[in-house]
Amino acid sequence: MPASPARYSRSIDWFTLGLYVLLVGLGLLNVYAASYSAEVPFSRVFAADWSGLMAFNWFKQLVWIGVSVLLIGVLLVIDYKAYDTFAYVLYGGMIVLLLVTLVVARPIAGSRSWLELGPMRLQPAEFAKFTTALAASRFMAGINLRQQAFQQQLVLAGLTLLPPLLIIASNETGQALVFGAFLLAYFREGMSPLILLILAAAGVVLILSLLVPKVWLVGAFTIILVLVFVFNTRVLRHHLPLAVSVWAVVLGMVFGVDFFYNSVLQPHQRKRIEVLLNPSADPLGVGWNVTQSKIAIGSGGLLGKGFLEGTQTRFDFVPEQSTDFIFCTVGEEWGWLGTMTLIILFMTLLGRIIFVAERQKSVFGRTYGYCVASIIFFHFVVNVGMTIGLAPVVGIPLPFFSYGGSSLWSFTILLFILLAIDAYRKQDLVR
Amino acid sequence: MQYLEGRKYVVQGIFLSVALVFAVRLFHIQVLDGSYKLAADKNTLQRIVQVPYRGLIYDRKGQLLVQNTPVYDLMVIPREVKNLDSARFCQLLQMPIEELRTGLHAAKVYSRSKASPLVQNLSTPELAAIQDNLVDFPGFSIKARMARAYRTENMAHALGYVGSITPVMLEKEKYAKYIAGDFLGITGLESFYEKEMMGRRGVQYRMVNVRGVEKGAFRDGEFDTLSVAGKDLHLSIDTELQQYGEYLMQGKRGSIVALDPKTGEILAFVSAPTFNPATLTGKGSGNRYMALLNDTTKPLFDRPLAATYPPGSVFKLVNEAIALQEGVVTPYTGFPCNWKLVRCTHRHEYPANSTLAIKNSCNPYFYQVMFATVRRGRSTSKFRDVALGLEDWRRHVVTFGLAQHLGVDLPGERMGLIPSPNFYDKRYGKNRWSYKTIYSLSIGQGEIGITGLQMANLMAIFANRGWYYAPHFVRGIGNGGPLPQYLQKHYTSVDSSHFNAIVPGMQAVVDGRGGTGNLASLLDVGISVAGKTGTVQNAHGDDHATFAAFAPAEDPKIAIAVFIENAGFGGSSAAPLAGLMMEKYLRGHIAPWRKRWEYWLPGPASRFITHRR
Repeated sequence: MPASPARYSRSIDWFTLGLYVLLVGLGLLNVYAASYSAEVPFSRVFAADWSGLMAFNWFKQLVWIGVSVLLIGVLLVIDYKAYDTFAYVLYGGMIVLLLVTLVVARPIAGSRSWLELGPMRLQPAEFAKFTTALAASRFMAGINLRQQAFQQQLVLAGLTLLPPLLIIASNETGQALVFGAFLLAYFREGMSPLILLILAAAGVVLILSLLVPKVWLVGAFTIILVLVFVFNTRVLRHHLPLAVSVWAVVLGMVFGVDFFYNSVLQPHQRKRIEVLLNPSADPLGVGWNVTQSKIAIGSGGLLGKGFLEGTQTRFDFVPEQSTDFIFCTVGEEWGWLGTMTLIILFMTLLGRIIFVAERQKSVFGRTYGYCVASIIFFHFVVNVGMTIGLAPVVGIPLPFFSYGGSSLWSFTILLFILLAIDAYRKQDLVR
Repeated sequence: MQYLEGRKYVVQGIFLSVALVFAVRLFHIQVLDGSYKLAADKNTLQRIVQVPYRGLIYDRKGQLLVQNTPVYDLMVIPREVKNLDSARFCQLLQMPIEELRTGLHAAKVYSRSKASPLVQNLSTPELAAIQDNLVDFPGFSIKARMARAYRTENMAHALGYVGSITPVMLEKEKYAKYIAGDFLGITGLESFYEKEMMGRRGVQYRMVNVRGVEKGAFRDGEFDTLSVAGKDLHLSIDTELQQYGEYLMQGKRGSIVALDPKTGEILAFVSAPTFNPATLTGKGSGNRYMALLNDTTKPLFDRPLAATYPPGSVFKLVNEAIALQEGVVTPYTGFPCNWKLVRCTHRHEYPANSTLAIKNSCNPYFYQVMFATVRRGRSTSKFRDVALGLEDWRRHVVTFGLAQHLGVDLPGERMGLIPSPNFYDKRYGKNRWSYKTIYSLSIGQGEIGITGLQMANLMAIFANRGWYYAPHFVRGIGNGGPLPQYLQKHYTSVDSSHFNAIVPGMQAVVDGRGGTGNLASLLDVGISVAGKTGTVQNAHGDDHATFAAFAPAEDPKIAIAVFIENAGFGGSSAAPLAGLMMEKYLRGHIAPWRKRWEYWLPGPASRFITHRR
């Protein structure tokens, strides 16, 4: 427990807290704009009773924010050691909850990932992020990734992959992809950069094989292989089997991509990739979201159309505008200056989180900090990327900004556990 | 593990590079690429064109002739059609099911979410049948629009009709402001005064949401314009006279044009055979138009404007006026009725002066009058001399409004023909033609063509003693007057004194003992008529009869020209009709003893009588 409230408040990272307040506040403003309708006069808001008010998305978001404030209070009061101590317990509880969800949940929009508790709806997948981050950090604190046996690395991989597998089983692929972000944190803790490079290369090969005729690719890779042998005879002598097997794997991917694309991916996922590569395909179906979202953002111009003046926003041209496509509202009503402000805010937050993570003395704290930064970054990249046609349409929210209780709370918990750990780091010194 | 600390820069680098990519991409789509702004407007802005109320048409006495009436189209939005009971639907509309199927298919091809017409111009029983049952047929609706309605059965040629714009017209610069599906005047006054009558279309910009539901005006209507109703036309036509003229011309082919000589206003404009103007509007108008087009009597042919005939003996008046102006004859010049020069119409007294010559329409007299005009001895060559003379003669003739567009406010006016020396040079070769070649011009035959309208205008010139206003139908547009060109007086090159010398001869034609136009005389009701008969030789059949006149001779109020095709001698067939028309206009009714002329159709024309069913 804190020695005194005054000392405690001094040790809180107010800068991060300020960024959090700013992002949540601006998010609320844009949720209001996204669900604003000129036909509902503001006087109706004052006349409305509780259930009437709860019909407004912005009011509900306000309530979620209120709950978040309570959550923050609780999180900061809890002894930081509890997060370390109970990391595996929380993780185990989450796995159970995911399993229960899988069994209990009714399908909502094709996914069985929502737990219904009376009028409330929770998405356990949102909370799997911070529990997994805690468990992974705890595990990381006990090993040395670079020197530990392969077995330990397998355990870490299993630890990280179990929740996303359960989430995929509940048909919420987008939330599962988020767990890929942990790789960045593991990289900081000593994971071989080769894994990141190989994954990036594999991604490039996959995209190329969807875009470029196969004959060219096969030819190009074969030529590269031959050139490597010609110019670097050392490789020919020492690494011939390795080089040839890399070449074989690449060719296998080139030809395997069709199988993966057509047989593994579900039709709607295939469509999303297709639309990313060619937005004019299917302009009224899956392409609609991307096209309309780009129109909304693009029509904002340099300075935007002004608060509540976005025509695309107000007239419902972009679906899911207050949740996954909230960035469109920013783009349309606040223009390039607005979107740049948001990007700078997120970059500042991410930079600050890394700064906070780096000043942790414990591996646990640092790893957890990197996990937080990676998860927020992944959400930011995919969410903003899909609204401007740079990423496939994956239904994940913009942290702190999008409408929705589950996502707001999960990001609040994620961030404030880090702040709580950070606030006690001086005690860590003492220990 | 200090050596791993450097990796934070790698992570930060990844973060920043993504941020940079986003910033550049956003700058591109938000600031550099304008196409998204256009797409946003296209999304939300709906342009609603308000078609203005088309101007009405009134006659001289303020009687409404053409008005607008709502007609109803049955519209369908294919996407909204659900569980269509096609058997009941077809039964209500008395419509074959195949027609419904093809109609629905065509609508689907046009647009699934926009309304397109399934049945146009619903009849009243159809409207009544379907309107009450529309609730059972989601996706169908009734749309009202304005169409032309006629309160007269006459004047189809002058009024013209309104129709939808054709794809060919849409490609022309002139119709740049129109879009497919617009209606506009196709012929007649509807076409000539299209700009005035159509008014100005209003445009409203409405914002719509993703489902096409209206969400209010764009920028509070800053860019909206209100539609302005078209201007009404006030015609100079006297409906009663027009109706009477069409009645008289029933079963005949030809034209009657009556003018107010003092203003150039057209009082009656008859083209026979004619048709009901309502024929070309409403349901089935396409089929009726084709029927008219294929009719061998050519009812669509606008004869007063587009049919050119040699004027026959009426033209002798012009030749006399020119000869007087040139000073080659005087009103008291006498020429023998020398049948060796040209055959005369009949045996008559010696034409001792112009009055007697006109009264008897003496061909040899006017042969010699024109000879005196064109053979002035200005060259020793008779070929050269007549060419010089004809040149001068033609310069005079064209001032009578001949061989040119008079500028009437209808499209499709023909110029007619007054030959020049050049014309004959081309036909016969230079110096290969003499007066002998062209003498038939002296009696208004041969290489000469004028329209019924020009003939009536000729009478207005003689009535006014030397000037005319361009004939026109519209004496008032909206609250204003006629077009400015109709207020401009045109003078002939002949002094008014010379016309005064000719008018007594024209009076003698009608009222003189043995005059060729006696049948047009209204002397028994105290009106003196001045006129001239004409019989036009027709190479293709029986001669055309013509009679042109004005009355009263002292203070002319009406000038008239009657052409009846294949009706023989002008004095006997065209003159009585002209008399009746003038009496109708000047007195309002026909003297009982003259009523019989209404049914009197001489000789060859009677075989063209067909009764209108």
